[in-house]
Amino acid sequence: MQNQTEYIVEVSDLKKTYEKVEAVKGVSFNVSKGELFGLIGPDGAGKTSIFRILTTLMFPSSGDVKLLNYDVVSEYKNIRTNIGYMPQRFSLYQDLSVEENLAFFARIFGTTIEENYDLIKDIYIQIEPFKDRLAGKLSGGMKQKLALCCALIHSPDVLVLDEPTTGVDAVSRKEFWEMLIRLKQKGITILVSTPYMDEANMCDRVALIQNGEIMSIDKPEAVIANFGRKLWAVKSNNIYQLIQDLRSIDFIDTVFPFGEYLHVTAKDLDLDLKDLKLRLKEKNHSEIEILEIEANIEDCFMELMTK
Amino acid sequence: MNRFIGFVKKEFHHIFRDSRTMLILFGMPIAQILIFGYVVSNEITDVRIGIYDKSKDHVTQEITNKIISSGFFILHENLNSDEEIEAAFKRGIVREVVVFEPNFAKNLERDGSAAIQIIADASDANTANMVSNYTQAIINSYVKTELMAQGMPYQIIPEIRMLYNDELKGVYMFVPGTMALILMLVSAMMTSISIAREKELGTMEILLVSPLKPLPIVIGKVIPYMVLSFVNAVVIIALSYFVFGMPIQGNLVFLMLETLLFIFMALSLGILISTVSNSQMVAMFISMFALLLPTMLLSGFIFPVENMPKVLQWLSSIMPAKYFITIVKNIMIKGSGIGIIWKETLILAGMTMFFLVMSIKKFKVRLE
Amino acid sequence: MNDREKKENYMTKDTENIIVVKNLMKKFGSFVANDNLTFEVRKGEIFGFLGANGAGKTTAIKILSGLSFPTSGDVMVAGYDVYKERELVKKNIGYMSQKFSLYEDLTVRENIRFYGGIYGLSSKYIKEKTEDLLERLKMKDIQNSLISSLPLGWKQKIAFSVAIFHDPKIVFLDEPTGGVDPITRRDFWEMIYEASNAGITVFVTTHYMDEAEYCDRVSIMDKGRIEGMDTPGELKRQFDAQNMDEVFLKIAR
Repeated sequence: MQNQTEYIVEVSDLKKTYEKVEAVKGVSFNVSKGELFGLIGPDGAGKTSIFRILTTLMFPSSGDVKLLNYDVVSEYKNIRTNIGYMPQRFSLYQDLSVEENLAFFARIFGTTIEENYDLIKDIYIQIEPFKDRLAGKLSGGMKQKLALCCALIHSPDVLVLDEPTTGVDAVSRKEFWEMLIRLKQKGITILVSTPYMDEANMCDRVALIQNGEIMSIDKPEAVIANFGRKLWAVKSNNIYQLIQDLRSIDFIDTVFPFGEYLHVTAKDLDLDLKDLKLRLKEKNHSEIEILEIEANIEDCFMELMTK
Repeated sequence: MNRFIGFVKKEFHHIFRDSRTMLILFGMPIAQILIFGYVVSNEITDVRIGIYDKSKDHVTQEITNKIISSGFFILHENLNSDEEIEAAFKRGIVREVVVFEPNFAKNLERDGSAAIQIIADASDANTANMVSNYTQAIINSYVKTELMAQGMPYQIIPEIRMLYNDELKGVYMFVPGTMALILMLVSAMMTSISIAREKELGTMEILLVSPLKPLPIVIGKVIPYMVLSFVNAVVIIALSYFVFGMPIQGNLVFLMLETLLFIFMALSLGILISTVSNSQMVAMFISMFALLLPTMLLSGFIFPVENMPKVLQWLSSIMPAKYFITIVKNIMIKGSGIGIIWKETLILAGMTMFFLVMSIKKFKVRLE
Repeated sequence: MNDREKKENYMTKDTENIIVVKNLMKKFGSFVANDNLTFEVRKGEIFGFLGANGAGKTTAIKILSGLSFPTSGDVMVAGYDVYKERELVKKNIGYMSQKFSLYEDLTVRENIRFYGGIYGLSSKYIKEKTEDLLERLKMKDIQNSLISSLPLGWKQKIAFSVAIFHDPKIVFLDEPTGGVDPITRRDFWEMIYEASNAGITVFVTTHYMDEAEYCDRVSIMDKGRIEGMDTPGELKRQFDAQNMDEVFLKIAR
């Protein structure tokens, strides 16, 4: 019994099918109290379906899903009062002002802005100068902050955020993650989904999801530690040609562009760097740089995808 | 309760901040009524009438004088038989014939009441109504000033007959028809669109996840439109009364109650539509094609139902607007009470119940 | 007169510069969306155009693609003046955005034919090139599938191919890779490299800061101005940053 209550979210063998498409193919995970849990994957991976089932907006096709120990199907009413949910595209009323939006959401949850002001203060202060502006006229970053305030206004135990950083610039994204970490410190359990791989590092634990299946679920450091092979960054004066040439070399396994460099793995455990350099020189590459590097989450994601 | 008030307030914000919504809500009904009000004139002067006096006593003489000296009418000819009435109308000059029953003064003295028949050429329905109303008014004032003044409970019972168009398909059809249309538009279409908009924007997801139950969501959505529809109904009735003199013979409160019933019906229909549409576009199309067009075409608003093919007649009998139009017409023009139109009222109430139950059943607490 | 001479000067002197912007200003009332922008983009370059939401990127792209007039300043795109030769500018550019690119209810082939038709290419040419394109994209089997039935990554590849179908001198990509998986994203960037290698200038906006590092040069806008413009490596040195993310944060915060 005690063990059970530790988990805020319990998902076991969840499947979701729409007409013909199987969007979620048997997913299991648990989230503990106070954890910041990330669901990382591209569009169409099944993130939104999972979140909509968790927030009781959809039925699971099969499997057991519990939130705060309530079943999402039979006890959905108990769940709804205790979660804060921010759907994709920050669902705000565009024709209401910042303050009116917040007041409205406070009211429908049976509370007031004043009552939970402490919780949203850090965030709200940043948008307060614009409190009379219509939500439709805010920038992406400000909309995101307002939507977060609205989701928090009733002081929920769990926060479910569906792609809160999509389409938002890097500065706002960074600020947003800082806010989430402060909220976590206040004891709120947070589930967040994102297509941005680099955001995985901000989470306590992540599930890498692709095509409705969780490929890996662990702490970000552990996911990286599990990469399991050596990785090199390669660069030359002609990066486009370099991609083609590296792929034609027999002992090279994968070649992926990564910024200025290409990330390269070998079919064997190790790589003969001298040989590689020589071969590239034969193909008229100059300014060749080869460094052994540590994988990041994105490398891991691609590695898991190709497995 | 606090939650609920917040919800309703928000809904009013949406409405008042959208100029297009405001235009549809208030501009359209006023424009429709006014356009019609000006297209059909509402003044009558020098209308030529015929008098068929079967009694020829001092009372009929006095009434005839009153009518002719009013300035609205010119006595074109005196008629001497029923056949001549028909012939007079056929010639197309006489618009109205007033027929006094035989022994008019005697009947009045003996029974306290006598009958006048007012026959109007209703091929121009508007004029026919005006003319007969004016004539009635003159007769009523005669009864009041001349007969009642003597302290006698005299009564003259006018019987109005509309020739060529006894159902009065014309101007007075327009007010009930417009009312049905506008109320349908505002209540059903606007409600369904505003619910669909929340789905489209994704705010419905948050509302569903909130502790707000479906019923308050729906009622909160509906109340503003109910208030606005009611205001609209009042505006339409006031305009038609003041601008082009449509009578309200029946009980005004009763009329408003029936209107409220129709608004309820339209609102529940709107909710039903919104449960099956996920976007504003869909809601709009369904409202347009399933509600507005049939209301216009099949309710008898534009085309008389009895001239329709059987299939369409059958279809028209499931149009709520048809019953509402009958009700309004009866109350406003004939002054009928519930005794006459209980059947229509019952049908409307039944439809309301049906749509309400259906939409509550179909309203989803989830996204699928 | 003087102005005109100046413009002609740019054209003749820097034939390698496919976009020349000098002192571009765009105001909406008192709000300055683009404040004195000056930059050049070389032929075949992959030019990253970054900035926070509302920094003025979209406004600038609209001006460069001939959709909107600048308030003042000189703007030459593909050798044409955006004031006077808008139609010629439009003929020589391609455009792809994340939101609108393909008709979901048309097939792959129909989309390609439609866009080819817009740019006035002959049916014969469209036909030949379509075969070639489908071959290269390995999409022969799905050429008659509706776009709506395809995965996002495929759609984006087709959209990009369509945007450069008429061999424009420049292609504008507005956040082309949002939401796709990392492998597809890289396939997409390889297509960009290929286009650039073939001499097409690529002008791209993105929110993925790591993608900025794929670009030959990057400009970073903040509050209507360009606050940094150089190769990713040089920018990192200049701002003493580990990666482009840090550079961006240092500029835009």
